[in-house]
Amino acid sequence: MEGLTEKPLTGHLKPDGEALDISEYEGYGGYEGLRKALRMGHSEIQKEVKEANLRGRGGAGFNTGLKWSFVPMGKDAPRPKYLVANADEMEPGTFKDRFLLERNPHLIIEGMIIASFAIEAETAFVFLRWEYTLAAKRMRRAIAEAYERGYLGRNMLGSGFNLDLRVHVSAGRYICGEETALLNALEGRRAVPRSKPPFPQTSGLWGRPTVVNNVETLSNVPHIITGGAEWYRKLSRSGDGGTKLFGVSGRVKRPGLWELPMGTTAREILEEHAGGMADGFSFRCLIPGGASTEFICEEGLDVKMDFDSVQKAGSRLGTGTMIVLDHTVCPIAALHNLERFFAEESCGWCTPCREGLPWVARLLGAIEDGEGEPGDIETLREHTRSLWVGKTYCALAPGAMEPLKSGLAIFREDFERHIREKGCPSKRERG
Amino acid sequence: MLSEESKKELEAALGKYPNKRSAVMDALRIAQKGNGGHLTKEDMDEIASMLEMRQVEVNAAAAFYTMYNIEKPVGKYHIQVCRNISCSLLGAEHLIKHMERTLGISTGGTTPDKRFTLSTVECLGSCGTAPMMQINDDYYENLTETRIDELLKTLK
Ligand SMILES: Cc1cc2nc3c(=O)[nH]c(=O)nc-3n(C[C@H](O)[C@H](O)[C@H](O)COP(=O)(O)O)c2cc1C
Ligand code: SF4
Ligand code: FES
Repeated sequence: MEGLTEKPLTGHLKPDGEALDISEYEGYGGYEGLRKALRMGHSEIQKEVKEANLRGRGGAGFNTGLKWSFVPMGKDAPRPKYLVANADEMEPGTFKDRFLLERNPHLIIEGMIIASFAIEAETAFVFLRWEYTLAAKRMRRAIAEAYERGYLGRNMLGSGFNLDLRVHVSAGRYICGEETALLNALEGRRAVPRSKPPFPQTSGLWGRPTVVNNVETLSNVPHIITGGAEWYRKLSRSGDGGTKLFGVSGRVKRPGLWELPMGTTAREILEEHAGGMADGFSFRCLIPGGASTEFICEEGLDVKMDFDSVQKAGSRLGTGTMIVLDHTVCPIAALHNLERFFAEESCGWCTPCREGLPWVARLLGAIEDGEGEPGDIETLREHTRSLWVGKTYCALAPGAMEPLKSGLAIFREDFERHIREKGCPSKRERG
Repeated sequence: MLSEESKKELEAALGKYPNKRSAVMDALRIAQKGNGGHLTKEDMDEIASMLEMRQVEVNAAAAFYTMYNIEKPVGKYHIQVCRNISCSLLGAEHLIKHMERTLGISTGGTTPDKRFTLSTVECLGSCGTAPMMQINDDYYENLTETRIDELLKTLK
C-alpha cells in the first residue's frame, strides 16, 4: 500500500519545513484510512485500535481503543458527542506535538475524523495553545482544504456522517492540558480539574460524552486503520504498539526529535540519534519523558522506552522527550527550575498543591543560594509524600514530585554539600 | 470599545459553541489583539454584555489565564524568553541578563520608547532548539548573545 511506512507519523514530511498540503498528503495515501473506516462499523474501528495497543501519547498511556469504548453508543446515547484533540503541549522539555501540528496537519485531521466517526461525535475541537500561531495558521488552512474535498461537513464522502471541526485557541496555563480542566477551559470557565467520575466519555463538554486525545495519539489512528492492528503492533520493539516521537534536549551533540519504534532503548536514542554528549560535557542523568518524570542514571540507560518498561525501571515514559543533565549542571538549580514552574502553574484548586508547591520551590531556591538548613532535606521529602498520588485533586502535584523524589535520592550528596558549604560547590569551583 | 472588525470576528467565533459564554476566551483574545496587545476595562465590560455574562466573570477569566494583559500595554515588540529546563540548561538566564543590559530594562519592563517589552515565558515546545524566545508571533531558536544583538538591531 502506497502510504504504509515504518514511520507513519513522519515518513513523508517535507524537508523544507513546510506542512504537507492536501494533494501531497493524498499522494502518500492520505485519507485512505478514512475511506476504509467509513466502510467499517464503529465497534470494528474501536476494536482495531484497541488491538493495535495504541497507548495515549499525552503521557498517561491509556489504551486508546479502550478509552473510546466507554462512550455510550447507539440511538439512545446522549447527543451531540464531542472529540477534542489536546494540542495544549506545555510540559517543559516536550516539543513533539508542535512538530506534528506544523508539519503534518492533515494526519491529525484524518485521525480526528476517524476517531469522531468511531464514537459518533458530530463536533470536534483542536484545543490549541495560544503561542502556537504557526500551527494555528497551518491547521486552519488544512481544515479548509479538508472541507473543500468533502472530508468534513455534512454527509462526509456520501457516508451520511456529519462532522464539524473547529479550532479553539487557549489562553495559557499548564493545567489546561489536564483533560477535565481542558473541558472547563473550552466552556469558557476557570480551568480547574473536574472530579471523576463521571468520566468525560460519559459526561464531558457541556455534559455530553466527550473523548480527549493527544495530538500524537490521534496521528497514529489513520495508519492503524489502513495497515491493520497486527501490522501496527509489529512496528514496535515491545508490547506497546507502533512508533513514538522521541526527543532529546540538553548538552548533546544533536538535540532533536526522531520517530522510532516503541521500545527503543534510552541509550540508543541518546547515543546514536542524539550523537551522545556534546564535546567537553559528560552525562550525569536524564528525565525520560518531560518535566514530571523521575531521573534515570547511567545504569538505567538500557531501559526500553515504552510505558511498561520505563514504569518498571521506576520512572514514566511520559511524553517521551528526554532532558539530559550534564556534569556541569547544578542539580539543585535544575530541580529549582522545575519546581518553580510547577508552583506557578498550580491552578490553586486544592490546598496541598497550592501551598505545598510554592514552599518546595522556595526551599530549593534557598538551598541553591546557600541558605539551606540541615532539616530542609527532610521537609522536602515530607512534601514528596504529602503531594503524592491520591493526596491532591489532580496529577499535576504528584507529577511535580516525581523528579524531586528521585532527585533527593540521587543528588543526596549535592544537597548536603550545598547546605554544609552554604552555597553551590560547582559554582565555587568554576569561579 | 471593540472595533467593527473585532465584533465581526467575535460573531464568527460565537458559532463554534453551543452557548455564548464559551466564546469568552475567543472574545478576550480578539479584543486584546485589536488593542495592540492588552485588554481594557471597557472592552471586558462590553464583552460581558455581548456574551450575557457578569462583568466579574469576564474579569476573572481574564485574570486567571496568563496570556491576557489587563491594563498593561506591551511594546511594539514583545520579547518572551523561555526560562524552562531545556533552555535553562543551555544558558537562558545569561541571555535574559544580556537582554536586560542591552535594552536597559528589567524583565517585565518596557523600554521608554515603547518599542520592546521583555518577559519570560514557560516552555514554548522548542526545547530541541534551545535556547529560544518568541518575539510577537515568531520563534527565534538556537540563540546566542551575538544572534540576539544582530536581531535586536533589525527591529525598528
Ligand atoms: C497538569 C497536566 C497537564 C497535561 N497536559 C497535557 C497536554 O498538554 N497535552 C496532552 O495531550 N495531555 C496532557 N495531559 C494529559 C491529559 O490529562 C490526558 O491524559 C490526555 O490528553 C489524554 O490523551 P491520550 O489518552 O491520547 O494520551 C496533562 C495532564 C496533566 C495532569
Ligand atoms: S493538584 Fe494542583 S493543579 Fe491539580 S487541582 Fe490541585 S491545585 Fe490544581
Ligand atoms: S524548555 Fe524552552 S522551549 Fe521548552
